[in-house]
Amino acid sequence: MGKLEGKVAFITGAARGQGRSHAIRLAQEGADIIAVDICQQIATVGYPMSTPDDLAETAKQVEALDRRIYAAQADVRDLAALKQAFNAGTAEVGPVDIVLANAGIAPMSVHPQPEEWQDVIDVNLTGVYNTVQTAIPSMIERGQGGAIVLTSSTAGINGIGGDTPGGIGYTAAKHGVVGLMRTYANILAKHSIRVNTVHPTGVNTPMVVNEVMQEFLQQDPTMGQAMMNALPVDLVQPVDISNAILFLVSDDGRYVTGVTLPVDAGFTNKK
Amino acid sequence: MAGRVAGKVAFITGAARGQGRSHAIRLAQEGADIIAVDLLEDVPGIPYAGATEADLAETVKRVEALDRRIVAAKADVRDYAGLKAALDDGVAQLGRLDIVSANAGIGSAPVKSWEIDEPTWQTMIDTNLTGVWHTAKAAIPRLIEGGNGGSIILTSSAAGLKAYENIAHYVSAKHGVVGLMRTLALELAPYSIRVNSIHPTQVDTPMIQNEPTWRLFRPDLEHPTKEDFAPASQAVNALPIPWVEPVDISNAVLFLASDEGRYVTGVTLPVDAGTVIK
Repeated sequence: MGKLEGKVAFITGAARGQGRSHAIRLAQEGADIIAVDICQQIATVGYPMSTPDDLAETAKQVEALDRRIYAAQADVRDLAALKQAFNAGTAEVGPVDIVLANAGIAPMSVHPQPEEWQDVIDVNLTGVYNTVQTAIPSMIERGQGGAIVLTSSTAGINGIGGDTPGGIGYTAAKHGVVGLMRTYANILAKHSIRVNTVHPTGVNTPMVVNEVMQEFLQQDPTMGQAMMNALPVDLVQPVDISNAILFLVSDDGRYVTGVTLPVDAGFTNKK
Repeated sequence: MAGRVAGKVAFITGAARGQGRSHAIRLAQEGADIIAVDLLEDVPGIPYAGATEADLAETVKRVEALDRRIVAAKADVRDYAGLKAALDDGVAQLGRLDIVSANAGIGSAPVKSWEIDEPTWQTMIDTNLTGVWHTAKAAIPRLIEGGNGGSIILTSSAAGLKAYENIAHYVSAKHGVVGLMRTLALELAPYSIRVNSIHPTQVDTPMIQNEPTWRLFRPDLEHPTKEDFAPASQAVNALPIPWVEPVDISNAVLFLASDEGRYVTGVTLPVDAGTVIK
């Protein structure tokens, strides 16, 4: 018996990386999935973003667990498209109990562009707002409570990220997510809908493990040192974030709300 | 199904009843053997009865009913030598140590900060702060010797993250636990030993369900009842519940103790129905 039998989870950025891992981990515990991802490049992002094939692979892996999945291309910056995907997904898979606002970009490189700022705010902050706004009316109306997890970062609780429009914007957006979380937690508590953030250190995903990001991190020796974890581990794995999210969205975390949960190998405490 | 902490040994203080008993049972359900200690005495100045021999015997019975081993002893977290002897005996019998739950703690009747008498202040700090340090001090050498890493969970409180009027000694001790946690987390990270704190709101245990604590929440009533306490307790939570159950704290302990939390350290984890952000 899984921890999430009969539940449905709406996950953004689900084509690969952490989002795919969350879809699989939650499906392993019995949840059905509504998965969205942009599956396109954004011009200021220096590393290759996800593809339709990536999203299809997530769907395949969830179906291999005998769970249902509705997968659609949608950009979290486009509220109408997000709502359309959400509505089509709930029509096919069922009403949503769990929301994971996971989609995010890291437009940092050694060739900074002014447009990075707006792009990262649009995706990493407004995109999270759009995701929650899309999901909550049906959750409130249904009256069964629910759980929302917003993916922030160690850059959501520390002044890191580097001196570029994208780096500064990433840190500002991830801090902004904490404000969203706390406000939504208070607004939604009376509906027994819980809202929390997770704050990963570097995770072994295509957003972090790529030449552009490694070049960016290595340009500034203080930046490399600033990324050092306390525990003797360089990168955590996507499943480590998924396991924290599973705790938060399952009945194990039924009275946890308004919480910033680092999964950061002691990075924040070491600063 | 293999348990989430199968083959591990957990040391739990304050294990005779309440949250400590719940932790012992929950960890045993997931495959751990248990070293359990408790004071088993009333504490002068503390306005409710302490746990008893019968309480600790019940914890033992419940863990053994799960086919797990348990070594239980009477020990006072204020007495380092006695605590260490109990732990060392448990490790000798059970063969290892992986998980530490520094759970033992006391509550208090409501008193203005400047009117707390000195013995009451000292007893609170000795139990809820120094007792936690004693627990860590006794356990850490065993964890390092074991060479398998480990997980230490310090039970703080929502009162370890924010102010509550009329229990300054409790608030001070529980804030102190956070400082201890953060320092231990740094010192022990090279050994892959993780250290975190848990911050419950009101939990349905004997430490909370007593008239002096009810009065803390209902200063308007001379003799409040549990029914009077419930709405006042709920009012401080964001979620529409008066209190959480011991197992809710145990599930958080289990997450932190298991491999699911293998890269979580230095974290303050509220299980507080949103009271800190409300």
